[in-house]
Amino acid sequence: MPNEIKKTSKINRRSALLGLGTSAGVLATAGILPGSLGFAQAQSSAPIKIGFQKHATGIGAAYGRWYGATTDAAVKRINDNGGINGRPVEVVVEDDGTDPGRGAEVLEKFANQHNCDVAFGTLFSHVVIGSAPRAGELKLPYFVVSEGHHVASGGLNRYTLQPGITDVKSQVISMAPFVADNLGKKVTMIFPDFAFGHDHRDFFSAAIEAQGGEVVAKIAIPPTETTFTRYFPSIPRETEVIYHVMVGPAVLTFVKELGEFFGPNRPELFGFIDSLEAVDIRSSGLEFLEGSYFWEGMPRHVQADQADYEKAYRAAVGVNERGASVDDEADVSTYAHMFGCWETLNIIKAGMESADYQGPQDRTKLIEAVEAMTDMPASEDHPQGDKVFNGKTHQTFGKQYISKVTDGRLVVEHTASIEDGRYEDEVDYTTQSF
Amino acid sequence: MSKAAKSNALHLAILALLFALFFVLPAYHVGAFSRIMVLAIYAMGFNLLFGYTGLLSLGHAMFFAAGMYGFGLGISQAGFSVAPAFLTGIIAASVLALVVGYLALRTAGVAFMIVTLMFAQTVYLVILYFGEYTRGDEGFVIQSAQRVFFGIDLTTETARYFTAFVLFAICFLWAAKLIQMPFGKRLVAIRENEERARMLGYHTDSYKLRALVVSGAFSGIAGASYALLFGYVGASFSTVQYSIFPLLWVLLGGAGTTIGPLIGVIFMFYLIDISSSYTTAYMLIAGVVLVLLTLFAPQGLAGTLRKRVFPWLP
Amino acid sequence: MDFGPHLMLASLEGAVISAILVLTAMGLSIVFGVMRVVNVAHGEFFMLGAVFAWVVTTTLGGHPAIGFLAALITVPILVGCIAAGADRLILKRVNYDPDRTIVATIGILYIIQQTTLMTYGPEARPVEAPFNTRLSLPWFEFGENGFEIFWPWGLSITSYKLFVIVAAIVVLTTLWLVLTRTKIGLIMRATQQDSDTAQAFGIPVGKVYSWVFGLGAGLAALGAVLVVPIQQAHYLMGGDPLLLAFIVVIIGGLGSLPGTVIAALLIGMSDGIISVFFSPTLAKIIATFLVAMVLVFRPQGLLGKSVA
Repeated sequence: MPNEIKKTSKINRRSALLGLGTSAGVLATAGILPGSLGFAQAQSSAPIKIGFQKHATGIGAAYGRWYGATTDAAVKRINDNGGINGRPVEVVVEDDGTDPGRGAEVLEKFANQHNCDVAFGTLFSHVVIGSAPRAGELKLPYFVVSEGHHVASGGLNRYTLQPGITDVKSQVISMAPFVADNLGKKVTMIFPDFAFGHDHRDFFSAAIEAQGGEVVAKIAIPPTETTFTRYFPSIPRETEVIYHVMVGPAVLTFVKELGEFFGPNRPELFGFIDSLEAVDIRSSGLEFLEGSYFWEGMPRHVQADQADYEKAYRAAVGVNERGASVDDEADVSTYAHMFGCWETLNIIKAGMESADYQGPQDRTKLIEAVEAMTDMPASEDHPQGDKVFNGKTHQTFGKQYISKVTDGRLVVEHTASIEDGRYEDEVDYTTQSF
Repeated sequence: MSKAAKSNALHLAILALLFALFFVLPAYHVGAFSRIMVLAIYAMGFNLLFGYTGLLSLGHAMFFAAGMYGFGLGISQAGFSVAPAFLTGIIAASVLALVVGYLALRTAGVAFMIVTLMFAQTVYLVILYFGEYTRGDEGFVIQSAQRVFFGIDLTTETARYFTAFVLFAICFLWAAKLIQMPFGKRLVAIRENEERARMLGYHTDSYKLRALVVSGAFSGIAGASYALLFGYVGASFSTVQYSIFPLLWVLLGGAGTTIGPLIGVIFMFYLIDISSSYTTAYMLIAGVVLVLLTLFAPQGLAGTLRKRVFPWLP
Repeated sequence: MDFGPHLMLASLEGAVISAILVLTAMGLSIVFGVMRVVNVAHGEFFMLGAVFAWVVTTTLGGHPAIGFLAALITVPILVGCIAAGADRLILKRVNYDPDRTIVATIGILYIIQQTTLMTYGPEARPVEAPFNTRLSLPWFEFGENGFEIFWPWGLSITSYKLFVIVAAIVVLTTLWLVLTRTKIGLIMRATQQDSDTAQAFGIPVGKVYSWVFGLGAGLAALGAVLVVPIQQAHYLMGGDPLLLAFIVVIIGGLGSLPGTVIAALLIGMSDGIISVFFSPTLAKIIATFLVAMVLVFRPQGLLGKSVA
C-alpha cells in the first residue's frame, strides 16, 4: 500500500509508562543502559518514519501481505506503549514489486522523498541485495527480514542489518543433527536452482557430513517450473530421507506430486515449511504428509506449552490457533517468517532508545547501538524465542523448530538450540567506516 | 534552419536541459534521472533495431544482461578495474549480438520475435546454471570500493548523475549521427521495403546484422552502466519483463524518433512513480493510461508531436 | 529408478506437458492465425479462467465434480465475453495496428492483473480435481526368470493427468472439426486468408474479429479450467503460458492447428525426455535452445507455408 501513512499517535501516560518498563527491562538484560527516560520531555514530537519496503505486487505478494499485517500490528503496539523516545511511529509503505531494480528506487524514495529515519521489511534476497548498495550510499539504516545469508556472508555493508530473523545458513546447519539421528543418514535434497536453494545444498551437505551422514543426490529444480514429477525418478532407491525446500506459487503442486510419486511407501520426508508457507497442511492431496517433518521458523499451530508472549503476539497479528487469519480460516499466514517484522521493529525501537535517536543525524549512533546488542530473551518483543545478535556480522541467531505432522497439526518435536546453528564469523562490519 | 540543423539544435538543447536538471531538481529526482538516462540508452539501442530497421526483438534483455554480467564478472571474477570491466561488458554484449544475429536473422517477423525470446530465455537459464559465479537470481553486489574510475568515486550522487549523463550524451549523439548517415538511411529503407532495398543492390542481411550488433552494444553499455552506477548485478534483468520494457518505452515515446526512447522512459518511470503515490492500484492506472495512449497518440508521444507540431522532428 | 521406467515416466510427463501446452496454445493459434495481432494479454485470459474456476468451485461447494463441471461450462463463456468486450472497446479502435495492439494489450494485461490482485489476492489457491487416484504402472523385463512384470518404485501417474491428455485430444478434435467442416470455420478461414476479399463477399470482418478474439480467450480459459486442478490459480500464472503458447504457435506454423499440436508434442516431449539425461536446469537450457534452432532452420514453422 504505497504511501498509506498511518498516524496512530494516541499516547496515554499509562501505556507510555508500561512501554518504558518493558523496554527498559529488555535493555537492561541486553546490557545496555536505558536511553533517555524523558518520554514527556522528548525534544520533538514529530513522528519517527519507518520506510516499509513491501512486496505488494510480484511473486512475493503473498508474503508481503502478511509482512504488512504483522508490521501494522507491531507498530500499533509500539505506539500504544508510548512510541519511540516519546515520538509516535509512522510507517511509510512503498511497493517494490518484488524486483531488485524497483527495490533500490524505493529506498531512494524513503531517503530523499519521504525523509524516513530507517528502512525495513524486505524478504526476497534479490531485492535485499539489489537495494543494499543504495542503502549504504544513502546512509540509510536498512533492516531486512529476509533469512538470506547475504548479510552475514559479508557481501553487503554496514548500513544493512538482519537482527530479527535467523539466516538460512544457521537454520540449515541446526537441522542436521536431528535429521541424522532420527530420520536417516542418506539424504536426497530437492531445492530450487537459485542462490537460496544452493545455500541449502551447500550448507546442509557439509553439516550432514559432519554428523556422519551423506547427501546421495542433489536435485535442483529450475525456476518457473509448474510440473515436477519427471525430476523425481532421479531420487536414488537407497534414500532414507528426502530434504525438500521449494518457494513460489507452485509449491503445493510440488508437494502433491511428491506424494503421488511415492504412493504408499515413501522414505522419511523432511521439508522446510517454505514448501508449504501460506498453504493449509490439510489441503486435499497432502494427506501423505502425515508423520513427516518440517522446519518451522516459528510454530504455525498453537503448541501445548504455549507461552503468554506467543499468545499475545498471535492475537495481535490476528492469527488463529492453526496459523490462519481470524477472519478467514482459509487464509493461512506466513507464520514461520513474519515474526521477523515484529521483532525487527522492536529492535529498531530498542536501538533508537538506547542511542537517544533524535533524527537522521543519529543514524550511525542507531547502528552502533544495534551492533552493541547481544542477548534478546524470549518476550513479547521477541515472541519467536531467545535470540543472540552478533553485532559483527549484523546477523541474529535464534532457536529453530522441527515439527511433525500429527493428525493434521504441526507439533513441535525438537527445538534446535542457538548453539546448533552457530558458525564462524565471515565478516566484521564494525570495522567498516560509515 | 535546415532540417538537420534544427534536429542538431534540438539534441543539444535536450542535453543542455539534462545537464541543468542536476542543479535544479531535488535529490530524489536527480537519482531518478540518473537511472532514466541509463535505461534510455537501453531504449535507444532497442529503437535502432525496432524503430529504424523494423526488427522486433523480444529478447533484448540478454544483451542488457551480457553487458551487466560482462562488467560484473569482470570485476568479481577477473579482478578488473572499472575501465576494462566496462569494455568487457560492451564486448560481451556485441559478441552475443553477433552470434544471435547470425542465427536469428535467418528468420523474420514473428519468428524473429520468438527466436530472440527463446535465446534470451536460454541466457537467463545459463546465468542460473552457473550460480557458483553469478549467485543466480540473487545476484551480487559491486562493492563501493570497486566503483572508482581514475580516482573518481562513482557512488556519490554527483558522480553518478554525470557519469550517466556523459554515457547518455555519447550514445544519444552517436545514435542521431548514425541515422543521418547513409547507414541509417539504408536501415530505414530495409524497414520500409526490404525487397526493394535488396533490389537496389544493398546487402540487407549485412546491414541488419550490423544494426543488431550496434543495438546489442547499446544495450550492453546500458547494462554495464547500471551495474556500475547502482552496484548490483542480478538475473532479474535478463527476464522477459526486461525485454518487454524497451519495447514499451519505444512504442510509448515514438518508434523511429531520436528523442522517443528518452521520452518513453521518462513517461513510464513517472507514470508508475506518481500513480503509486496516490493509490495501491497503480498498475491499474498504468494500464488505463497505456490503453488511452494507444487510442489518442497512435505514433507514440514523439511520433504524435512530429505529426501534429514539429514535422522536422528527427 | 532404472533407465527404462524412468524414460517411460518422463515420456508420460512429457505427454501431460504437451497436453497442457496444446490447451493453452490453441486459443492463441486461432487469434494469431486469423487476426495476425500479438495479444500480450492472452495469458491473462488463461489466468482469469483458472481464477474463475476457483471462484465457481468454492461458491458451489459440494463434491468437486459439481463445481468442476459448472466451471467447465460457465467460465469459458464468461472470459470469452470479457475478451470480446475488450476487442470492441479497444482493439477495434486501434484498427488492429500491430504496434498499437502490443501497447494496448500490455495495458489490458496490467488492468487484469491488478484487478485480480485486488479482488482475488496474491495467494496461489488450489482447485480440487473431480477425481484423482494414483495409478501405479507396471514395467516388463526379460531377466533370468524369463519375462517378468513388476511394479517399479515411483512409476505412476494420476487418473486426472490421464484425463487432461484425453481432454486435450477431444477439445482439439472438436475444434478442428468446427474449423474445417462448418460454416463458422469457413468464415474464419476466409477471413484468415484474405480479410479484404472476405469483406467484399459480405463477411462482417469486424464482427468475425470480435468473435474470434472471444473464442480464443474462451479456449484459453477452457484450457485453464482443465489444467488448474494440477496447478494452482495465481494472479501471475498467465506469464509463462503466454510465452509457451507463442512459442508453440510460431513453431507449429502460423495459423496451422495441426502444426500447433506437433509443436506442443515436440516441446513437451523434449522437455520430458531430455530431463532424463541431464540435470534439470541444463535440460531446460538444451531444450529451449534446440527448439529455438528448429525455427532458425525452418523460419516458417513446422507446417507453415510462408513467412508472416
